[in-house]
Amino acid sequence: MLVLVSLVGFSVLHLAPGGPAAIYAMTPTMSAEDLDRLTRELGLDRPVPEQYARWVGGVLTGNWGRSYRDGRLVREIIVDRIPATMVLMVSAFSVALGLGLFTGIVSAVRQYSLFDHLLTFGSMVALSIPTFWLGLMAIYVFAVLLGVLPPGNMGTIGADFSLTDRLRHLLLPAATLGVVMVATWSRYTRASMLEVIQEDYIRTARAKGVAAGAVIVKHALKNALIPLITLAGLQLPLVFSGALVTETVFTWPGMGRLFVDSIGYRDYPVLMGLLMLTALLVVVGNLLTDFIYAAVDPRVRLA
Amino acid sequence: MSDAPVLSRFIRHRPAVGSVLVIALLGFGAVFAGGLRLPDPIRIEMADKFAPPFTKGHVLGADELGRDVLSRLLHAGRISLTVGVAAMLVTVTFGALLGTLAGYWRGVVDTVLLRVTDAMLSFPPIFLLLALAAFVRPSLASMTLIIGATSWMDVTRMVRGQMLALREREFVQGARGLGASGGRIMLRHLLPNTVGIIAVAATLSVARAILLESYISFLGYGIQPPLASWGNMLNNAQSYFTSAPWVAIFPGITITLAVTSFNFLGDGLRDAFDPRHVMSPR
Repeated sequence: MLVLVSLVGFSVLHLAPGGPAAIYAMTPTMSAEDLDRLTRELGLDRPVPEQYARWVGGVLTGNWGRSYRDGRLVREIIVDRIPATMVLMVSAFSVALGLGLFTGIVSAVRQYSLFDHLLTFGSMVALSIPTFWLGLMAIYVFAVLLGVLPPGNMGTIGADFSLTDRLRHLLLPAATLGVVMVATWSRYTRASMLEVIQEDYIRTARAKGVAAGAVIVKHALKNALIPLITLAGLQLPLVFSGALVTETVFTWPGMGRLFVDSIGYRDYPVLMGLLMLTALLVVVGNLLTDFIYAAVDPRVRLA
Repeated sequence: MSDAPVLSRFIRHRPAVGSVLVIALLGFGAVFAGGLRLPDPIRIEMADKFAPPFTKGHVLGADELGRDVLSRLLHAGRISLTVGVAAMLVTVTFGALLGTLAGYWRGVVDTVLLRVTDAMLSFPPIFLLLALAAFVRPSLASMTLIIGATSWMDVTRMVRGQMLALREREFVQGARGLGASGGRIMLRHLLPNTVGIIAVAATLSVARAILLESYISFLGYGIQPPLASWGNMLNNAQSYFTSAPWVAIFPGITITLAVTSFNFLGDGLRDAFDPRHVMSPR
């Protein structure tokens, strides 16, 4: 699977016209000989399959190559950026999970109530708003108009690290990234709950005289949550995409920003490393959710 | 819930009905943008730089080069909606073709196609899209193809699933018994039965394509100025929106409106084609 993923990623980057040499070629101080030498040194004159083989060999031995931009080790550059993205994604995810589950449950229990209609409508709109625009609007309202929150970066420049400062900087980007997630979780929870609520054993529980709240929480929710486990894995690629855009708007120094910057420099090794790493995380995430699913639901056996 | 009261069901479909109106309006605006006696969308008028809404004849204000925002929005609608619909056609054609082949032939074809589909789905869509978009000369056609090339996977999976179920049904066996060729069975007997899910997938993929175009154009690798698209109107907005928020607000609202409408329409279609389906997530 990962071999296939790396093949797709590699061909996307290398079969596209205008490699890194094209960028250097536009630099006026670069002579033709320099360009030739550079192309040879970077191995760009070799056939694509050979470049791929070299790259795979490198990755397997822990050598992800060096950045074309500043010669730093790709692994170091990327590892530097992981914590920022993780902080952003994890905080957005946990808030979204709580809020999404709660609203989804209420919505399902009070199906066709005003709350349900508003939520169904609102979550659809939330799924349709371009994340970058939402971020811009959040900056405009909270940083420009109200001036209560900082418009970007991970902390006040020049100031020492402090938790409150970090949280203040985290709030807007995490909320922006979280909106789509809340909507998704809420929609899935609602659908899953509605399905479960119709089951016979729920009716049985009600008939036995179990309190309405207990039926929902103890009997229905437990089973409704199971299909949602898969969602966490499925959502991962979209969360990465959202993080890329959010990081760009809020100048948050994570992997997404790095990707956008590296595109501008045609920095293949870094781009390839990022593509592979995110895909790897997605594959691992899906595998993990499959395991959890099997552990939670006795009806599922791992093949 | 098919036994829901008629009124509730009507309410549930109202967003879809409203969406049709909104899409019609946006489409109308895009088609007749030239005939509405609005300022030229690409004419630069430095005297009108950052004119607020309702001043100097600019209903929605003017941007950093004094270009009329409303006029640009309508003309951008041509680009963005064209990309959305064209990318949808690529997505659906490709997805339905691969899904049909995989589901009908099964075996090696199916295994290989499924693996490739899964591999493609492992990449965060924007990452893949940016990597592609950054290395080709941006144009309407290239944007369409790139978005289509990174969006076909969901359709493939859905159509494949449907095919697997359909190919065992009696009418297919009947057709086979009468000596129909594989190609004929796929085209004449199987595909028509997937029209419902394809229509839903098509509508949702228009929404997705419009959204993706706006992301790529916002990041500067999509439709290039002076041609306006809803996304690239926001490209420069980040630098100016503190002093001239209208430059950023209106394109964003338009994108949200368009994408929401196509999503609701898809939802409504799904309910219409499959009444047993409760409002289901994407």
